[in-house]
Amino acid sequence: MLLKTKMSASLLALAFALPATASEIWVSNEKDDTLSVIDIDTLEVVRTIEVGERPRGITFNSDFTRLYICASDSDAVQVMDPETGEILHDLPSGEDPEQFVLHPDDRHLWIANEDDAVTTVVDVETRKVVAQINVGIEPEGMAVSPDGKTVITTSETTNMAHWINTETHEIYANTLVDARPRHAEFVKDGSELWVSSEIGGTITVFDTVDQSEAGKIHFEIQGVHPDLIQPVGFELTPDHKTAFVALGPSNHVAVVNTETLAVEDYILVGRRVWHMAFSPDYSQLFTTNGVSGDVTVIDVASRKPVKTIKVGRFPWGAAVRP
Amino acid sequence: MIRTWCAIGFMACVSVMPADLRAEQIDISIGYLRLETPPRAVLSGLDPIPPARGIDGAELALKDNQTTGGFLGHQYTMDVVSIAPDGDVIAAAQAMFGTHDLVLLDMAAGALLQVVDLPAAQAALVFNVSEKAPALRGADCRANLFHTVPELGIEADALMQVLMEKRWTKLALIEGPSAEDAALAQSYRDAARKFGLKIVSEAKWSFDTDLRRAASREVPLFTQDFKAHDVVLVADAHDDFARYIEHNTWEPRPVAGAVGLVAEAWAPVVEQWGAAQLQSRFEDLTQRDMTAEDYAAWAAVRVIGEAVTRTGSAEPDVLRDYILSDGFELAAFQGRPLSFRTWNGQMRQPIPVVNAQAQVASAPPDGFEHARNPLDTLGLDQMESDCHAFEN
Repeated sequence: MLLKTKMSASLLALAFALPATASEIWVSNEKDDTLSVIDIDTLEVVRTIEVGERPRGITFNSDFTRLYICASDSDAVQVMDPETGEILHDLPSGEDPEQFVLHPDDRHLWIANEDDAVTTVVDVETRKVVAQINVGIEPEGMAVSPDGKTVITTSETTNMAHWINTETHEIYANTLVDARPRHAEFVKDGSELWVSSEIGGTITVFDTVDQSEAGKIHFEIQGVHPDLIQPVGFELTPDHKTAFVALGPSNHVAVVNTETLAVEDYILVGRRVWHMAFSPDYSQLFTTNGVSGDVTVIDVASRKPVKTIKVGRFPWGAAVRP
Repeated sequence: MIRTWCAIGFMACVSVMPADLRAEQIDISIGYLRLETPPRAVLSGLDPIPPARGIDGAELALKDNQTTGGFLGHQYTMDVVSIAPDGDVIAAAQAMFGTHDLVLLDMAAGALLQVVDLPAAQAALVFNVSEKAPALRGADCRANLFHTVPELGIEADALMQVLMEKRWTKLALIEGPSAEDAALAQSYRDAARKFGLKIVSEAKWSFDTDLRRAASREVPLFTQDFKAHDVVLVADAHDDFARYIEHNTWEPRPVAGAVGLVAEAWAPVVEQWGAAQLQSRFEDLTQRDMTAEDYAAWAAVRVIGEAVTRTGSAEPDVLRDYILSDGFELAAFQGRPLSFRTWNGQMRQPIPVVNAQAQVASAPPDGFEHARNPLDTLGLDQMESDCHAFEN
């Protein structure tokens, strides 16, 4: 079943009269201007939805009634009703939004404006920009601490993580990381911050109490030159004991023990793996493979790839909808 | 550094005083010295050389550095001095080295060596951003001279690797009349030999007609005698006649070298690995496309910025040691980190192989391996280099 948003209302009504949908993985296709929706039960694409230009970061609100989409080349964050696939409105986002995080208050989106060296804070209710904060060149990775007090922006060319106080909107620390940071996450109840560096080939682990470097994760795959092992997106199991790290053009996902920071496994996936999302029960992991235009489904228990699903051109972001 | 951003009318303007990583304030003053080349008559006026080619790339990197430096207490400035073709570049260099010890040089090899050999230059760190002559990476190398522009052999090797990968191994070579054309043709011959391709025919370009009108009649005859070949290679260093070869050859063959399939350090069609961001920032700054010359100058200023950021120093010897160390790597929108060859100061970089509309490949392609780094399959390797200035 392939639904385009251009379909008539009656057809849409008919389609959604079908039984309630199963859990889904939503994927943004950067060079198709679409989202692909994968049914987790059948592992098939059940909907393809047209959105703004060059969609990258996507995230749901806390009750999954809204999907936010960074439409980078439309210079907008789009707000979608995921039931109907209808774009409800755009949010002012600043130029070239690439990636964002939704604050735990469910109300403030913190957006990295890649072309502008700015992080923009948008109130999704008033639809207004609350603040813009100057950060380094090409901001990308965004993370929010579990207590909501700190937001991180990483900047790709400046090679820093910027630590922003969410009350004052001021940067209170800047920490250097290896070349071209891409993604950031708070780990272990917010006691650690992890930042991946694509060209540096590492993940830097920070102690969030004093922003000091607490460790570094290195990767090594037999037969792959170190320059091609490029950590980008990563996701953690709910107990935060294991991290899955997408390694870009090495076409592998690393499995990292978060206590020892040792890599336990490398899983072969599609070409230039970007980001990931778990199924709601965390038994499966879905990776977006930009160059091969598909999604690899990994069985989390056995750490084996089990299926490849064709999606649109250059899949980038991924989000789960239970 | 306090900056205020008020781009959107209805939002609150936020003034940010970035927290300093290191308390120490550092001023980094970069010099850019250019000796202009006299204008050269070419057949077509379609692609004029941008007047600030190279300089614009350095300006963009300066802005990148300034943003990063703002978080660290590092203040970057740049002074650009451009000397007319008949001007006194030595006097200008004396003045430049009097106030700057991090200097980019944009000039041909003869003047460049005179400038680098000045006593005033000996304590400085100098970057060659435009001269491709292999000798500067060989017998004429200097310990304080780094090269962010690839030597001729790097680009020729990149092109041959891609042709080899396609199994287009029989080449017919057209060589222009200038000394630079001869050097380019020789780099193609050397690269073809290195990777096992064969130049089956050669011809010297000697036409003095205006090919805008005559190309369709002259070029077929000119290329008619070539032995069976897969590709026509054109050695035209000055963008003079090459554009009239493609689609005018006797045999229906792709053209490569100066036109058609081209290996160069940067081109407007490079868009992977975040390159589109660099392209759009450059276009916003200059309202034109970014060239390979702009990229070399951009890289030099970014190399300085990266080294200052990581070492917390602007001392040339500290920066030189760091740039030559294993720790140095520059993310530069090519999909692999850039670094420097410790035997001759040449920047190690992937080379885009492009046509006018798209990037065809990034050299080295898969399968070209090297014990140290696949990028060292391009250009002068340690064993081949006559450079001794870097031996300590």
